[in-house]
Amino acid sequence: MASSSLSSKTTGLDRAPARLSHWRAIRKWLSSQEGWVFIFPWVVGFILLDLGPYIFALIISFLNWDVGRPPSYIGLRNYQAAITDPLVGKSLWNTAYYTLFHVPVSTLIAFTVAGLLNQRVKGMPIWRTMYYIPSVTSGVGMALIWIWLFASRGPINGFLGWFGIDGPRWLTSTTWAMPALIIMSFWGVGASMVIFLAGLQGVPQHLYEAAEVDGGGWWAKVRHVTIPMMTPYIFLSLILGVIGSFQVVTQALLMTEGGPDNATLFILLYIWIMGWNAFKMGYAAAISWILFAIIFVATMIQFLGARRWVYYEYQEPG
Amino acid sequence: MAATTAGVRRRKPAALRTIHWTRRFLLYLIVVGGAFLYMYPVLFMLRTSLTKESDLYVLPPIIVPWPPVWENYAVMWANGPTWSWMKNTAIVVGFSVVAETVTSVSVAYGFARTRFAGRDKLFVGVLATMMLPGAVTLIPRWMIFFHLGMIDTLWPLLIPRVFGTAFYIFIMRQFFLTLPRELDDAARIDGASHLQILRKVVIPLSVPAIATIAVFSFMNRWNDFLEPLIYLQRTENLTLALGLRFFVSRFGTEYHLLMAGAMLLIVPMIVAFFLAQKQFIRGIALTGIKG
Repeated sequence: MASSSLSSKTTGLDRAPARLSHWRAIRKWLSSQEGWVFIFPWVVGFILLDLGPYIFALIISFLNWDVGRPPSYIGLRNYQAAITDPLVGKSLWNTAYYTLFHVPVSTLIAFTVAGLLNQRVKGMPIWRTMYYIPSVTSGVGMALIWIWLFASRGPINGFLGWFGIDGPRWLTSTTWAMPALIIMSFWGVGASMVIFLAGLQGVPQHLYEAAEVDGGGWWAKVRHVTIPMMTPYIFLSLILGVIGSFQVVTQALLMTEGGPDNATLFILLYIWIMGWNAFKMGYAAAISWILFAIIFVATMIQFLGARRWVYYEYQEPG
Repeated sequence: MAATTAGVRRRKPAALRTIHWTRRFLLYLIVVGGAFLYMYPVLFMLRTSLTKESDLYVLPPIIVPWPPVWENYAVMWANGPTWSWMKNTAIVVGFSVVAETVTSVSVAYGFARTRFAGRDKLFVGVLATMMLPGAVTLIPRWMIFFHLGMIDTLWPLLIPRVFGTAFYIFIMRQFFLTLPRELDDAARIDGASHLQILRKVVIPLSVPAIATIAVFSFMNRWNDFLEPLIYLQRTENLTLALGLRFFVSRFGTEYHLLMAGAMLLIVPMIVAFFLAQKQFIRGIALTGIKG
């Protein structure tokens, strides 16, 4: 204390307060930056586990990197190979096929079920839970169940048998394996369903009353009130649905291992096979960038298209 | 939609009342019928897991196997190092739920309730990691953990969770933005620090939202398949979800055992969902996840 007051005397009285306020300003600024402390873990994770890996993945994709041999630079040759690889084409086609059926139908089912669950019906908590449980248990458990349900002598074919239909050998048929996976996916709509349900409960009641005054029946209400008010939720569900279904892998790996005859070879499954079974990391990275580009373009198209049909009641502040 | 018209209390002519009751009946039929259609796979799994192998294809099908064959579970359990799979899963899930929830809440607080230079630009980064496909980072991340000598350990499944998860950060931030700012200001005037505001004011008001991300985290980690698949190798090091994969090849068409294994994966999820259900549904309604 004493020495600091001495030194301020020697350096001149008039300059000391100026420097003090300088420090105070810096300290004030620092304390206003306190928020960094809270987000610090995310920033570290973002750099180490997202940004870094993205850059690293780009570099790897230009290398011939078969694990066990030193990597060498081969320019765009991984990408050239990927474009001409018939299995990349096949797996992209399969993934698109799955997405094209899974996303719209799942969204429609989730929307309809949410509408039903928003009605005044006795015992609703129980029914809601029953609709939701298959989604909670998605993943490996569900895949195991559906292996049994789709077995050639399993319950689904047994059911079809009542109508005299000789059911296909679902998971071992090149034609029916993919539809089987798509059908199964309809049992996993719980997450979008709950989001829709939350959205439905936020639709202002006075809009329905207004529609009623105008003499609208239930369909008019759905068409002119519910659907427009729900478009932001539908949009979110479609965006996340497409991103998710382009990265399907668990079901295929467990239930069909990509077969029969590559009929359920999804693109992410192929990346996994190339990277971790064939150890061609450079090639796998190149395919993952192609997948990235496709998802990115699909998402952008949806965002651009959204202006035409997504209705925002208010602009969110900030 | 139909119910809002039905809610009006007025004496209606008999014909209208008949229409009304027919509608109610159809509504119940669809709601309850659909609920059972959705539960069918799970119920059928339960039934198959307790059926004798010789009874699997009996006609007419046995709906309730009696007496239940509990031995199926013992046989299934003894077929692999199930205890160590359970232990590994418990470690991964337990750690992940705590780490992901704590970090995501803290980060979301930073984004929602504090001001600092570049905050909103950084939040775009959160949105980007939520939207961009994770498939690209799979290979580089694996290589990082490979060079750290962590392949075939649980570390690659634990470490990333410490940094929070973009989707949960997003949900929590959206929720925090709905809390009135006056609460913080009042606490600030009383001299509370940000950490105190978070602990004493914000968290007590956010229990449903926090429960929601905790349940999401539990579900996702418990069901996770791809990450354990690329990082874990030796049989005893696997998680339950990955370990049961071998049931498919090992039990082939012994569906009663396969279903007993599936039950092992599914029952904890159902229990967790029931316990957290009230908070969970409320949390989702409150967070108002919107595009």
